[in-house]
Order: sequence, then C-alpha cells, then structure tokens
Amino acid sequence: MSALTLTLAAVGLVALGGALALALHRAPRLGTAIAVGASVLGGALGSVASMRVLRDGGVDVLAVSGRTLGGGVVVGVDPLSAFFLLPLFSLGALCAVYGHGYLGARAAPAGGLSLLLAAMALVLLARHALLFLVAWEAMTLLAYLLVTLDHGDGEVRRAGWGYLLASRVAVTALVALFLVLGSRAGGALDFASLALAWRGPGPSGGTALALALLGFGVKAGVVGLHPWLPEAHAAAPSHVSALLSGVLITSGIYGLLRTALWVSPGPWFGVLLMALGVAGALLGIALALSQRDLKRVLAYSSVENVGVLLLALGLGFWARSRGDSPLAAMAFAGGLLHLWNHAVMKTLLFLGVGSVARGAGTRDLERLGGLLRRMPWTGAAVLVGAVALSALPPLNGFVGEWVLYCALAQVGRHGAAKPAVAAAAGAAALALVGGLAALCFVRLVGVALLGSPRSAGAGSAREAPAAMAAPTALLAALCVLGAAGAPALLSAEASVILQLGGSTEEVSSVIQQTTPLVWANVVLLVAGLLAVSLLGWCARGAREDETWGCGYAAPTARMQYTASSFAGLAAALVLPRWARSGPPSEPADPLARALYRPLLIAWEARSARLRFLQQGNVHVYILYVFAAAVGALTWAAVRDGAAP
Amino acid sequence: MSSAVDPLLVLVLLMNFLPLGTSRLRAAINATALQGVLLGVLTVLVHGGLAPRPALVAASVVAIKGAFIPWLLHRALRDASIRRETEPYVSFVASLLLGALALGAAVLFTDRLPLAPEHRGSLLVPASLATVLTGFLLLCTRRKAITQVVGYLVLENGVFIMGLTLHDAMPSLVEVGVLLDLLVATFVIGIVIGHLNRALASQDVASLDALKE
Repeated sequence: MSALTLTLAAVGLVALGGALALALHRAPRLGTAIAVGASVLGGALGSVASMRVLRDGGVDVLAVSGRTLGGGVVVGVDPLSAFFLLPLFSLGALCAVYGHGYLGARAAPAGGLSLLLAAMALVLLARHALLFLVAWEAMTLLAYLLVTLDHGDGEVRRAGWGYLLASRVAVTALVALFLVLGSRAGGALDFASLALAWRGPGPSGGTALALALLGFGVKAGVVGLHPWLPEAHAAAPSHVSALLSGVLITSGIYGLLRTALWVSPGPWFGVLLMALGVAGALLGIALALSQRDLKRVLAYSSVENVGVLLLALGLGFWARSRGDSPLAAMAFAGGLLHLWNHAVMKTLLFLGVGSVARGAGTRDLERLGGLLRRMPWTGAAVLVGAVALSALPPLNGFVGEWVLYCALAQVGRHGAAKPAVAAAAGAAALALVGGLAALCFVRLVGVALLGSPRSAGAGSAREAPAAMAAPTALLAALCVLGAAGAPALLSAEASVILQLGGSTEEVSSVIQQTTPLVWANVVLLVAGLLAVSLLGWCARGAREDETWGCGYAAPTARMQYTASSFAGLAAALVLPRWARSGPPSEPADPLARALYRPLLIAWEARSARLRFLQQGNVHVYILYVFAAAVGALTWAAVRDGAAP
Repeated sequence: MSSAVDPLLVLVLLMNFLPLGTSRLRAAINATALQGVLLGVLTVLVHGGLAPRPALVAASVVAIKGAFIPWLLHRALRDASIRRETEPYVSFVASLLLGALALGAAVLFTDRLPLAPEHRGSLLVPASLATVLTGFLLLCTRRKAITQVVGYLVLENGVFIMGLTLHDAMPSLVEVGVLLDLLVATFVIGIVIGHLNRALASQDVASLDALKE
C-alpha cells in the first residue's frame, strides 16, 4: 500500500470517527469512545505513513475526482507534508485521549476534535488551491467552534469573535494569493501547474510572498498579526489549546514554506522574516512574562517560538537566495527541528497546565501555589516542559536553538560586514529571548508549583485522572528522548531539507555537528538524575517544618513572592512604555490596544452609514438578491454584446 | 426538439401573469400547478421521445410540481383560513406591467447572450429568464407567506426551464437537483408559515422584521 493511501485511510478513519460521534450525540459515552478510538488508531496509522514518506522521500499525487469541486479534489503527500503530518497525527491522538479525561463523555467536542484533525490533515494533503481553501475554512471554523466551547463566558465569546475576524482577513489574503499565483499558470490552480509556472523566469513573486505572509502569518501568529492568538488559545479547552498552539499554528508555517517552494523568495524576504522573527520573539516573551493567566503565558510563548522559527527560516531563505547552500541547510535544519520540538513542548505544557488549572479551579497564577506536592506527576511533567521550553541544555528545546546559533555564527564566513553584524545582533537577541524565557518559566513553575497554596482551591487540588496524566507524562518522556535523539530527528527531516534547498552532504554535516552536543546532553541528564536522587537520599528522614518567616509571628501564604512582583522589574525593563498593561477595560494585548482597537472603532464609525442596508425585512433582502441577479445578467449581456 | 415546445412555453409565460395580476391565492396556486404540468410535458418534448429516463423525470415533475406541492399549499390555505393577498407592496396592475417589462428585458438579454447555436431561435432561454424574474418579483412584492411560496415555485420553474437547455450536457442532474431543493424549500417555508401562524397570529412575513437588531 502506498504511503498516500495509508495517510488517506488514516484521515478517513479519523473523520469517520468524528462524524459518528456527532451522530451519536444521544449516546455520548459510545460516541466519545468511538471518536477517541478513531483518533488514536488513525493517528498511529498516519504517523507510520508520515514516517515512511519522510524516510523514502518522493512525491505521491493522486487526483481523486475529475469533476467535483471544479476538478479540485487532488491530494498528495511529499516530505514537506509528512513533516507536518507527523506531529499532527501523533499529538492529535494524545490530545484526543486527554480530552476524554478533561471534558468527560461529551460527544460533540470529541467528534469536533476528530474532524478538526482530519481537516488539518487535509490542508496538508491538498494539491489544488480549491481543496486547500475548503479544507482551510473547515479547519478554521471547527477550531472556532472548539474555542468557543464554553460560550457561556463572555470573554470566551469575545476571544472567538477576534479569532473569526482574524481568520476572515487571513482567508481573504489567501484567496488573493492563489489568484495571483494562478494568473501566471494561465488560471490553473493545481499545485503541480503552479510549481511549473513559477519555475521559469518572469516577474518576481513579491506580491505573492507578501500575500502569503499576511494570510499564513495570521494563522501562525506572526508578530503584528498575533493579537487574536493569546485570547483564543487561552479561551479554548486545554487539549484544544494544546492542539492549536502546538500543531495548528504550524499550518501557517507550512503554507509559507509551500509558497516558497513555488515562488523563490529574494533576499529581502529572508531579511523581512528575520526582522519579524526577532521582533516577535522579543515581544512574545516579554508579554508572556507579564501575564497572570497560565494559558496566556503559554500562548505568548507560542508567539515567541514562532518568532524563533521565522528567524531560522528567514535565515535559510536569505542564504538560499545568496547561493550559500550549506548555511541554508543548517538554518532550515535548526528551524524544522525547533518546530517539532516546540510542537511537543507546547502540547506538553498546555496539557499539564490544563490539569493544574482544573485541579486548582483557576488559571490565575496569583491564586496557585504548592501544586508540585499535590499533583506530583503532572507537576513533574510541567517542570520538564518548562525546562525544555526555556531552551535549557539537557532537553530538546535547546538542540534546535543551538543549531540556529551555529547557523547565525556562520553568516560571518561571507566576509561581508553588514550581514555578519546583523547575525551577531540576531544571536544576541536570541540569547536575550532565551534568558527571558528562562525567567518566564521559572516564574510559572515557582509560583504555580512551589511555595504554598494561595487559595483554598489550590490547597485542595488532587492529581489528575490517568487519561489526563498519561498523555502528559508521555510527552515529557518525548521531550527527554527528543534531546537524546536529535541526530535521528535531523536525519528524519533530511528529505524535507533536500526539498527546501540543501544537499545530502550538508545535512549529514549538520547531523555530525550535533552529535557531540547530544552526548553532552545525555551526560548532563544522567548527572542531573543522579544529583536529584542523591539529594532525595540525603533528605531522607529530614524534619519538615515551616520556612523561617523572618521572625514574623503569623506567616501567611500572602507573604510569598507574587507572580507580578517576580516579573515586574524585568518586564518594565524590556517592554516599551506603550506596551505595558493598560486599564482592565481595554484589551490585554498592547498591539490590540494601540493599533487594532482604534482602527476597528474608526471603521465601525465609518461604516455606520451602511446600517440602512439592514432593514430586517425579508422582502428587501430578496430585492437585494434580485438586483444582484439582474445586475450580473446585464453585465454579462453588455460585456458579451460588446465583444463581437 | 419538437415544434410544440415554443407554444407550450408561451403558455408557461402566460401562467406567470396570473399570480402577478390576481389577489386570489387559490388561482395563483392553480396557475403554478398548471405551470408544473406544462414543464413535465416540456421535459418529454425537449428530450425528443419517450425514453424511460426523461419520462420518469417528467412524471415526477408532474407529480411533485403539478400535484403534490399545490395540494400542500391548498391545505395550508385552508388551515390558515385566508383567501386573498391584501395590501401588496406593489399593486396588481403595476405588478402586471413590471412582469411585461421583465419579459421584454428577458428577450432583449437573450439576444445578447453567447448561446449555443441550437438555442438561438428557441424560446427556452427567454422564457426561463422571464419566469425567474417573475418569481423574484412575487417574492419582493407580496406580503403573505403563501404567495412567497408561490413566488419561490415560479422562480424554481424558471431555473428548471434553464436546466432543460442543458439536457445534453448534464442529463437529469439538474432536474433532480431542482426537484430536491424545491421540496426542501417548500418544507422550510411551510415551517415558517406554521411558526408565524402560531407565534405571531398572522401570515405576514413583514412581521419578521421584529428580529432586526
């Protein structure tokens, strides 16, 4: 069986499970079980298929139907798709299992999650613009429905509304993108024709690239287009947030890479991506540092990590357009590795934090505390995820960024002064981001997991059920394995790097460079484990008592460092004045506050004059349709009448 | 294509004017029923002969458009105990004039449209356009929900006539599609009528604007 057939079977299985669950909403237990079972089975099948494609390389395309959707039902799988399909299938299955524990037997959200997985997979498999857009819309709308699952809460509704608005802008840009792309292929919209048409010489694809950056950038949460992201990711149920932050935002990156396979970007595009990346990483982590909501911290950290990804991919595109293939291969390798690692780490943290928030009954950092003792498994997993996401050595988050540092260091080889200085500045910015990330996650772990509980809810928290703890623990194990197995991961990505530009030798040289690092990681890991067990052994039988309270007679939990006080100074140093938190009535995101809100208010005031169109009368609405039909007919008659 | 097609289409066009010009709902429903029967006959004639497939389509068209839906509408009329369309937005005389205008416009449009050669001399396309426009006119200018359904039926009949021109390219696909969405539409509007009747104690669609923001 070909890999494509296998992948399609997996997608079909997942979608069928989702549809059955929705149909069986009267028997929620059975429906949920079917949806979760289909996600796990389909996820396993799809992961195996994706791994096969990554190993064997090659392109596999199949036109399913000649007539439906204007001949648009063309699907295919190549290493680039498989690279994004693998985390989708594997993490999607884990999220489905977790969701069963998180929401209980509720058929509609379980079925919706399965359908969302299938739609995301279809986005990656589509080989025709129409199918791609249909799948993209299905993905967006299903994600919207899942984000607004708790629609009784006004804040959730507002977040969903923002997401919907942003996705309208995105899809408009995408439609325009495909029209621009298709115009050079004589109106053909299947990916093969697009690739062929843009290969030859001709006008540069600046417009196409800009549209792709706008359309796909909204989904990926590129800085400037990100304000919807923290709201939506915080509002969704935790396993959905995990899927959105870990996997869904990568569909934006996929779109960018796919476009860049057709339209070879000039150096300016690489530089633009790098600038956006550095800005996004800095702003994202600085804002993550000052959030009180656990899930908002993680969502802003996604903005940061997308920034890091863009920095790597931008460097790759820049190097490729300058003909420096070894550097491009290294930058792409770092970026892609970080993408996989981030998917695992972010899913882990969202799932872990979801368990914490559920155990303690709140997501507010200032009301948590002392949860490592009360939820040891989840707490330990969150600890692992926090270390990994801070890009600290023994875990996987470090490896990808390290490859990126190496790539930045190699820019100097060109001998030109300007790129070398810029790369050094980029490396410095990345280092600053790393430091702030460490601070941010020390704050998260220190305030939420250590110390003593700041509310009654946190004090009475219990360990999460197995359906929630098991996927979290598995992901923590993956973080450890990802660090030790970095060369294996890199060689799995080799076929994708070949597709993006680079040769086999260059990839293997990158792999060779990471191997000593991995040994260092393993040694550190073993040493760390030994140290922890040694400490535990030494602390055997130690007397437990209250921390010395500086002589106060009645120490309380309120005397601990708060989350705000811990990060206040750093946030004030990094964030510009306009970006610091405003009054609570205004949106939390500085960009939304400073840019989008005034813009939308002005827009609304201007378009109030169009209100008269909404008459509320059926007859008038039918009259609109009537007028449009007659108008179209007249236009056709006039146009074709003038032609002969 | 049979020579009887054009005279039948003229009859169809005449049936368009009855709902436009009369206030009696019963007559309007009967006109659309007759139009449905005519469409069934036209299906056979356009396909040229009694092959089993067109015959089956024609039979179902006659059964659904000519009998079933009018029967439903008559029943709804009886249940709601109304007989006449009162106070239309545009008076009956003016509606007739607009209908005539629509017919003229349809013929003019057709002359300028890029048509296949076999449709050039035929009345099929102008009849279809005129019927669609009449349907829209009814939908826009009448208040009673029943007349709305009649308008929708006329509109669908127009679409169906256009479908007849495609009988070579897409045999029966168009027809079946039209039948299906006709049925669906009738049910939907039927629900609306029932709902309005119960909730607002009136058959006036304009009452829906209470839903305006």
